Amino acid sequence: MKIEIPSLARIEGHARLVVDATNGELKECRLEVFESPRFFEGLLKGRHYRDVAPIIARICGVCSNSHTLVSLAATERALGVEISEQTRNLRRLLAYGEILQSHLLQLYFMAVPDFLGVNSIFPLAKSRRELVLRALRLKKLANDICHLVGGRPVHPVTPCVGGFSALPTAQDLLELRRRLVTAVPDLEATVALFATFEFPAFERETEYVSLGADDGYPLLSQTLVSSDGVRAVAADYKGVIEEYLVPHSSAKFARMTRETYAVGPLARLKTGFDKLSPMARKVAAALGLAADTVNPYLNLLARLVEVVHCFEEAIHRIDDILVAGLKQPAIAVPDGGGQGAAAIEAPRGTLFHAYRYDERGCIAEADCVIPTAQNLANIEADLRALVPALFDLSREELTRRLEMLVRAYDPCISCSTHLLRVDVV
Amino acid sequence: MMAPTLHKPRIGFFDFTGCEGCQLTVLNLEDEFLELLELVEIVEFREVMSGGCERLDIAFVEGSICTPGEAERLRAIRAKATTLVALGACADTAGVNALGHFRDLRELRREIYGGEHPPALTDIPRPLNAIVTVDHRLPGCPIDGREFLAVLQALLLGRPPQLPTFSVCVECKLAELSCAFERDQVCLGPVTRAGCDALCLAAGDRCRGCRGVIDNPRSGPYYRILAEHGLTEEDILEEFRTFNVPGRGGHR
Repeated sequence: MKIEIPSLARIEGHARLVVDATNGELKECRLEVFESPRFFEGLLKGRHYRDVAPIIARICGVCSNSHTLVSLAATERALGVEISEQTRNLRRLLAYGEILQSHLLQLYFMAVPDFLGVNSIFPLAKSRRELVLRALRLKKLANDICHLVGGRPVHPVTPCVGGFSALPTAQDLLELRRRLVTAVPDLEATVALFATFEFPAFERETEYVSLGADDGYPLLSQTLVSSDGVRAVAADYKGVIEEYLVPHSSAKFARMTRETYAVGPLARLKTGFDKLSPMARKVAAALGLAADTVNPYLNLLARLVEVVHCFEEAIHRIDDILVAGLKQPAIAVPDGGGQGAAAIEAPRGTLFHAYRYDERGCIAEADCVIPTAQNLANIEADLRALVPALFDLSREELTRRLEMLVRAYDPCISCSTHLLRVDVV
Repeated sequence: MMAPTLHKPRIGFFDFTGCEGCQLTVLNLEDEFLELLELVEIVEFREVMSGGCERLDIAFVEGSICTPGEAERLRAIRAKATTLVALGACADTAGVNALGHFRDLRELRREIYGGEHPPALTDIPRPLNAIVTVDHRLPGCPIDGREFLAVLQALLLGRPPQLPTFSVCVECKLAELSCAFERDQVCLGPVTRAGCDALCLAAGDRCRGCRGVIDNPRSGPYYRILAEHGLTEEDILEEFRTFNVPGRGGHR
């Protein structure tokens, strides 16, 4: 039996799945990434630090805020720019907004159709109108966080080196806070919905990697940790992550201690289970998630737990900002170059950027490691472990299970192919 | 322009090399989403939908064309769609992707893949109209959601959609924003197509020209502004190189 899904649907970007199994033996199992690389270094080389984040954000529409935030942090470290506590809080708020919009899009638009037997959310507008209305309300609220803080949900415009070029008003933040609080019933209904879904039983333990939980649930810590005991400074990621090429993919694969590792919601949950917000911890318990969960399909539920966590944390960040009082701090960027690296937990996992700037403040060298590229080898390993147990299923059901597994990782193919190592001499 | 049809107009979304941020901007029209589903039937949208369609009335196509395979797929979409709309800068002018035009592709591959052959043969990214006839365009990186609705509405009513013919500078002045040149920044607002409500300027940034150059830019006065602020032609070309690779974007 040979299964080829030429263009996987309900994921971000273009990938093909090829499974070849004859006489109960798995011959081939490849997740082929055939999206064209865009050679982003062509855009970055020689560009001034003011332009780097706006250009790099264009790697990915879904995680443009994460790329922007980590890019700014790497540039600020390279150039020795200090940022204020208010900027730190606003950036966290923006990061929560992006994780929320990305996770909610994945959960409701990409994953829910698998469980309700439809090909997209669109037919549910008639048959399950309350579900679609709730999905739209939650997604809009997430996008409104990004809009208010970043100026626009896709490719933000206000974040800049040193801070923000424009700030939300206190009144807008208060109104946003009010809406976040009133979203709780929608969150409860979402949890109730996902609690009814049956997930395929499949366990494969792997190495789980995320930023550390030293300053709360993994988001912006400067340490990188793995379930196999790796402890590193996140900015020194090149010393612990090895990237390599495979013939069938235009995205690079990555390994750490083992041949494959996983980043993303489940990995973060393992690192930061004790740091989840109170409401998120209750939801995790209700959904049967624990720090030792190893079923990759349950990345979906971990994503939902993170949705609840981000809603609660967003409210706290708004309080922090308002209590301190909003002000526009002066931004000072010292002359000269330097090098620096930073990491962030993007919706799909740990994202690294590293830059070297010349004396004019222009890019001489850039490197990025993308969450989905780190997950690709692990997804293939999951598929290889999963397929032999499913030989008895019909072709359709087997295909559905495999697609669901890939989808559980919420791969972002645009990201994984659109920025690759750059060593400009 | 579309002929009146008895069935709900069938529309589809397709993507090539790009970030999918324009399709995401369509999905972000939460307030209008249900009404949209009343007016049209979405028959293909790989990012959020399984399955495809044989024929459709309007194809919205995002991304640039980089490989012979992509060109072939685009031609197939063109063949089955009555109307084809370029969705966003990458499809319209090749956007940020076009910057590859300045570099030798073989050299780029060597830098990135360390001397090993890249898995996919890639050409220089091109806008859709380098391959097929494009009926209408939605500029911007990303597109503006309201403009998407306006273009769709015009097509549904059988009217040709119109893009603003004036510059971002006009919108900026109407909003009484302070001029980026006064902050010693190079701004492409004077020659860039309006329609974004000068969003970046309102956010305290400058215009980087993501919506492309207006049809008849008044370059004379623009050069005077540049000269008054001590800027050289190279400074402005550097600015154009983010979204408007000179002589390439938007043209065959």
